[in-house]
Amino acid sequence: MASQEILREEPSRGSFINDPRIRSLFFQTLVVILLFSSIWWIVHNVIENLQRLHIASGFGFLRSRAGFDISDTPIAYTSDSTYFRALVVGLLNTIIVAVAGIVLATVVGFTIGIGRLSQNWLIRKICTVYVEIFRNIPPLLVIFFWYSGVLAVLPAPRESIHLPFGSFLNQRGFYLPRAVWGDGSWLIGVALLLGIAMAWFVAHRARQRQRATGQQFPVFWTSVALIVGLPVLAFLLSGMPLTFDFPKQSTFNLTGGFWIKPEFLSLLLALSFYTAAFIAEIVRAGIRGVSRGQSEAAAALGLRSGPILRLVVIPQAMRIVIPPLTSQYLNLTKNSSLAIAIGYPDLTATAGTVLNQTGQAVEGVFIMMIAYLVLSLVTSFVMNIVNARMALVER
Amino acid sequence: MKHIAIGILGAAALGFMASAASAGTLDTVKQKGFIQCGVSTGLAGFSAPDDKGDWKGIDADFCRAVAAAVFGDGTKVKFTPLSAKERFTALQSGEIDILSRNTTWTSNRDSALGLDFVGVTYYDGQGFMINAKKLPGVNSALQLSGAAVCVQSGTTTELNLADYFKKNKMEYNPVVFEKLEEVNAAYDAGRCDAYTTDQSGLYGIRLTLSAPADHVVLPEIISKEPLGPAVRQGDDQWAHIARWTYFALLNAEEAGVTQANVDEMKTSTDPNIQRLLGTEPDGKYGADLGLSNDFVVNIVKAVGNYGEMFERNVGSGSPLKIARGINALWTKGGLQYGPPIR
Repeated sequence: MASQEILREEPSRGSFINDPRIRSLFFQTLVVILLFSSIWWIVHNVIENLQRLHIASGFGFLRSRAGFDISDTPIAYTSDSTYFRALVVGLLNTIIVAVAGIVLATVVGFTIGIGRLSQNWLIRKICTVYVEIFRNIPPLLVIFFWYSGVLAVLPAPRESIHLPFGSFLNQRGFYLPRAVWGDGSWLIGVALLLGIAMAWFVAHRARQRQRATGQQFPVFWTSVALIVGLPVLAFLLSGMPLTFDFPKQSTFNLTGGFWIKPEFLSLLLALSFYTAAFIAEIVRAGIRGVSRGQSEAAAALGLRSGPILRLVVIPQAMRIVIPPLTSQYLNLTKNSSLAIAIGYPDLTATAGTVLNQTGQAVEGVFIMMIAYLVLSLVTSFVMNIVNARMALVER
Repeated sequence: MKHIAIGILGAAALGFMASAASAGTLDTVKQKGFIQCGVSTGLAGFSAPDDKGDWKGIDADFCRAVAAAVFGDGTKVKFTPLSAKERFTALQSGEIDILSRNTTWTSNRDSALGLDFVGVTYYDGQGFMINAKKLPGVNSALQLSGAAVCVQSGTTTELNLADYFKKNKMEYNPVVFEKLEEVNAAYDAGRCDAYTTDQSGLYGIRLTLSAPADHVVLPEIISKEPLGPAVRQGDDQWAHIARWTYFALLNAEEAGVTQANVDEMKTSTDPNIQRLLGTEPDGKYGADLGLSNDFVVNIVKAVGNYGEMFERNVGSGSPLKIARGINALWTKGGLQYGPPIR
């Protein structure tokens, strides 16, 4: 009893200054005070300097008329719209190119990554060369390569290259026929949703049956039949309500149809091909990271190589792959700001124009930073959910 | 990309600048021994480096004129090339002392952006250029409906373009780049049907294209573009120095004072010329501005008078061969008019 009391009192026996708890509390408080006072100092100085330099400040400018046009507008926008709407258009363009880029980069990256582990010498070497070339060239140069090196040297609109299905390729971009859905086409959409729901149900029941009886069911082909077959049936039943709007030659350009501009195309290709090289390496590392014993054990159980990859290797590889994959997705989103070099109206370009037309540099840069921060946090959040579902569930 | 950097730097500079009132620009400039002058990244006739790397053009020469007024030496200038987007932040944050970069004087820039325009060194207007070989039969901007138009972002040009097509109920497809070189390259490669900027600029740009003879400037002028230098708002002394440098250039031309005859003009007995050149006994018009009394002599020795500056850079003495037109002196039917030095 007595010895315990002595032990308990020992730390506070020294002076107040030597108490580790009080020390850490003191320094933490000091850092917080320093941090907040420097933030306050900077904000205060910005406001004071803006006033001293007679520069208007605040976010009121967002409600004024923008006055300039934007080439790609996913939502209705004219020069009469507000600066705020212009920024939203820019943000949407960034999201469009980022999402399309992420999908394309993932597909290409997984293909190349698996290709690097192929038994086939030629495929393996081609994939290695791809990775070494694309990950060692700065993304801006890749963008210029596609924009100035590939798309700009295509023929002028009047000498467009004719492609199958009434599509055209020229230096102004890629023109496709646009599908125009007529009356009754809602039925096709409904059929598609119904097909997906039924396929999910079939897969669910098949899994239950396999667990209970061990019998397998051809889930894949049934799902394909449901998802593709039902909409096709609906299409035929509703009297084929589909026409195409083909691009046509006019005075200056091709008009009509669906037009993919070279700025978007080169940015998308550059970003996804660049990021795909990194994703390929991540995928390769992930697959290599699964111990060989796992696939040997699966083989010993009598599984064939397809199911081994699908059921044993990839689920374990995904646990290694997803965290670095998230970083690549974030990089791709942020690299999309290089769009400014080729004139794709993404958030950076649009906010830059707004910043210049209004002169609100501090506010403009602040909006850009917040927008990219939110985009990145949302991407991380989604990927964290995916990661949590993939993580090892210990039973 | 770079404008973001400047934007952030500008924002940071605003944050870290000492909040105490800083010294006047004249004192700062005298202390460092040169004027930091913001120019374009290369626009023939206005500000563009020649094959030796010297900046040539009306806008570059205006900065030399201010340097001559302040230091008596027109070479005490350092040039900062700026894109359209970077220019105002560079001036606001104090990175440059004067912005002389084919910049249009507008009410918004004069008020909300914290700038103070000095005068109009070149009266311009916006026009269109097309490739006549590829587009035969187009001889008016009103035929451009449906065209892809190349334009530099962050300019009044971009706004006038939107207004013009809207007013005439025409469609167009803007192809917007941040840097002049990017716009030039895209137009030259055929990405756009038409190029729009100030007409003087179009003539200058046409010279740099791969086949200048194929391109024509359409007759329409769709806007007023008074181009002039600007300084920071709130420093009256510096603004007066820049403004009276400009007026001195005009007055020298009006009085017939040229680079060649300025020294013999100093002996003139014409009181008007005496006041201009600071030879009037007891005159201290220069000293009142914070300069030497013979500042006009220094200016004219460095760059000549306004007319000489014009002809050398954009007029008959240059490849651009632009006529004086409305940029002639008021005495010859133009708009250039210098208030008297007295």
